[in-house]
Amino acid sequence: MKTNIILAGVGGQGILTIATILDTAALNSNLNIKQNEVHGMSQRGGAVLSHVRISNKEIFSDLIPLGKADIIISIEPMELLRYLPYLKKKGYLVTDSNPFMNITNYPELEKLYSEIKSHPNTILIDAKAIAKQLGNSKATNIVLLGAVAHLLPLSDESLQTAIKTLFEKKGERIINKNLEAFNKGKEITSNLVL
Amino acid sequence: MIKLLLGNEALAQGAIDAGISGVYSYPGTPSTEITEYIQKSKTAKELNIHSKWSVNEKTAMEAALGMSYAGKRAMTVMKHVGLNVAADVFMNMSISGINGGLVVVVADDPSMHSSQNEQDSRNYGRFAMIPILEPSNQQEVYDITKYAFYLSEQMGLPIMIRMVTRLSHSRTGIEVSERKLQNKINLPKTPHQFQLIPIYARNRYQHLIEIQTDSKESSENSLFNKYIDGPNTSIGIIASGIAYNYVLENFEDDKCPYPILKISQYPLPKKQVKKIFDKCKKILVLEDGAPFIEELVSDYFSEHKKVIGRLTGHVNRVGELNPDNIANALGFNDKITEDIPSIVTGRPPELCVGCAHRDLFEAINKLKKENSQQQVFGDIGCYALGVLPPYESINTLIDMGASINMAKGASDAGIHPSIAIIGDSTFTHSGMTGLLDAVIENSPITVIISDNSAVAMTGAQDSAASGRLINICKGIGVDKNHLKIITPLHKNLDKNIDIIRNEINYKGTSVVIAQRPCVQLSKDKKDKIKKEQQMILN
Repeated sequence: MKTNIILAGVGGQGILTIATILDTAALNSNLNIKQNEVHGMSQRGGAVLSHVRISNKEIFSDLIPLGKADIIISIEPMELLRYLPYLKKKGYLVTDSNPFMNITNYPELEKLYSEIKSHPNTILIDAKAIAKQLGNSKATNIVLLGAVAHLLPLSDESLQTAIKTLFEKKGERIINKNLEAFNKGKEITSNLVL
Repeated sequence: MIKLLLGNEALAQGAIDAGISGVYSYPGTPSTEITEYIQKSKTAKELNIHSKWSVNEKTAMEAALGMSYAGKRAMTVMKHVGLNVAADVFMNMSISGINGGLVVVVADDPSMHSSQNEQDSRNYGRFAMIPILEPSNQQEVYDITKYAFYLSEQMGLPIMIRMVTRLSHSRTGIEVSERKLQNKINLPKTPHQFQLIPIYARNRYQHLIEIQTDSKESSENSLFNKYIDGPNTSIGIIASGIAYNYVLENFEDDKCPYPILKISQYPLPKKQVKKIFDKCKKILVLEDGAPFIEELVSDYFSEHKKVIGRLTGHVNRVGELNPDNIANALGFNDKITEDIPSIVTGRPPELCVGCAHRDLFEAINKLKKENSQQQVFGDIGCYALGVLPPYESINTLIDMGASINMAKGASDAGIHPSIAIIGDSTFTHSGMTGLLDAVIENSPITVIISDNSAVAMTGAQDSAASGRLINICKGIGVDKNHLKIITPLHKNLDKNIDIIRNEINYKGTSVVIAQRPCVQLSKDKKDKIKKEQQMILN
């Protein structure tokens, strides 16, 4: 078993938070993990990505080879498409629908959405709105994580435990908000027919 | 025990467990997290391990050498271009040798993710004639770091550990082992070892040449170099560091049919290279960075009949390796992947919303409209983003501290206005000496120190310049009538333009300190800095 996940977004959107949760959950489930991340110049408002690889066998490369990603999770819809060359045939695309428009030549939204929807196995959701409804728009990333949980080689319990560990220092309220976001994300995809 | 660590953190943990007494560094991507991990480590604090940032890589390496002189284990950490700054001590401490174990960690950045070049530090290691260790994965990073200190004391030489970005910035589970106790103070026993006046330096150089035999022997027997046999001898693979990992990735389910020589310790183990050379028809060399091994193992006039790699076009000559370009080199190029849809546009990095550099560039651009002759010499830091749209304010970006000296040289050539823009930390790193050159000749340049009181690009580490800039400039001899402080905020735009314009018109060296804390800093820290700055002004 090996699962390759690409996490995408714009610097500051919380990609590394998702990565940390996956890392912790995998390690606690006695699985091997490799997770590559971007530091330095490109973090400043630019496109960022993280490669996450989870396996019950030894993992060699820190980078996922092209065409080998099982899932691409993106917190920004255009960033999702930037990494399509990594996607495996029949791989899953999961993204939040809210654009991050810090550039002048951002594509037209309708065209962008129809491009995304033209791919099979696509989950396009307004995770930000859900996070806002829960009173914590920062948890958009956690809603998305919930939405893909059923595709991951990790149990819900292990992911929830990892969320608790990550937010431990921030107190009970923040932990619960994030668990709520995770569960809400799960609900949404369980209602989708894929 | 298994710990989830970044490659850089595994290195730091390895150094703590090897019993270091100090780490000396200047921040620089992709090396920064090594020192930060030690700064945050409880164990390191309890053991009183020195970890405060140094002013630059040269001061860092010299301090590490001083700790080694005293008999204790020390580490110095930098990015590849940082070693250029420390090259003086680096080249000479291989002549003096060391006392307590001394490890030089250099993180190279193939593909220039956050750098202005992709120089390969192995060339420096060979230049200084010291052993180089090049781990292939994060577990090996931990193990090799512990070994490096042992090897350093055994050989009496500094040891280089060469990291690359992907190794530094990947996280995985690391098995850590027990910690060695720190060395006690123990002064050098060899007479004249550290006194490199010519008469003693010649002896030391002779000694360095002589111990090369031991160094080669150590590589031949190293646990980190290994030959793995394979039945198909049409190709033999020499793979160093992370390249070895990418080779294994391509054969994850089957055994690699070709013989492989994995290299993680230099000088190159010649006997092992000869073995694979004699056995195989062709040799494919895979290494991240420069064609360092490839050049060594190709004959001078070989026309590359036998050795293939980056020099022959079998592997990309520039840019980092990855599992895909290695797959191509191995002949697996049948993969069909989707293209990036044409509607996807580029998203380059940009200055943060509210960043003080933005207000400064706005002022600089207005002044450019008044005088199209204006040239702006830039420097290394977040403000380097001023090269890109929407500002495009900066004409040059070369190396740490170059802004001031280039502005001076251009001014000597007759350019006016000649403006240097340099960050506070870059100024104390390498700008102060250049300012002295300008002051001595009273060169008509305007130096703008964009002071955000942090080493912002690498994660807002403490800046050595904080609270000291005004006194430093005065001390260097800047005329106090031409040493101005501005606050780069939109509401001050016109006022700031007037101040900078006046200084540009002054026919001598002027300094404008544009002072506003980095927006990435916490509110408490910003408030503290502002309070300090106000006190200094009063």
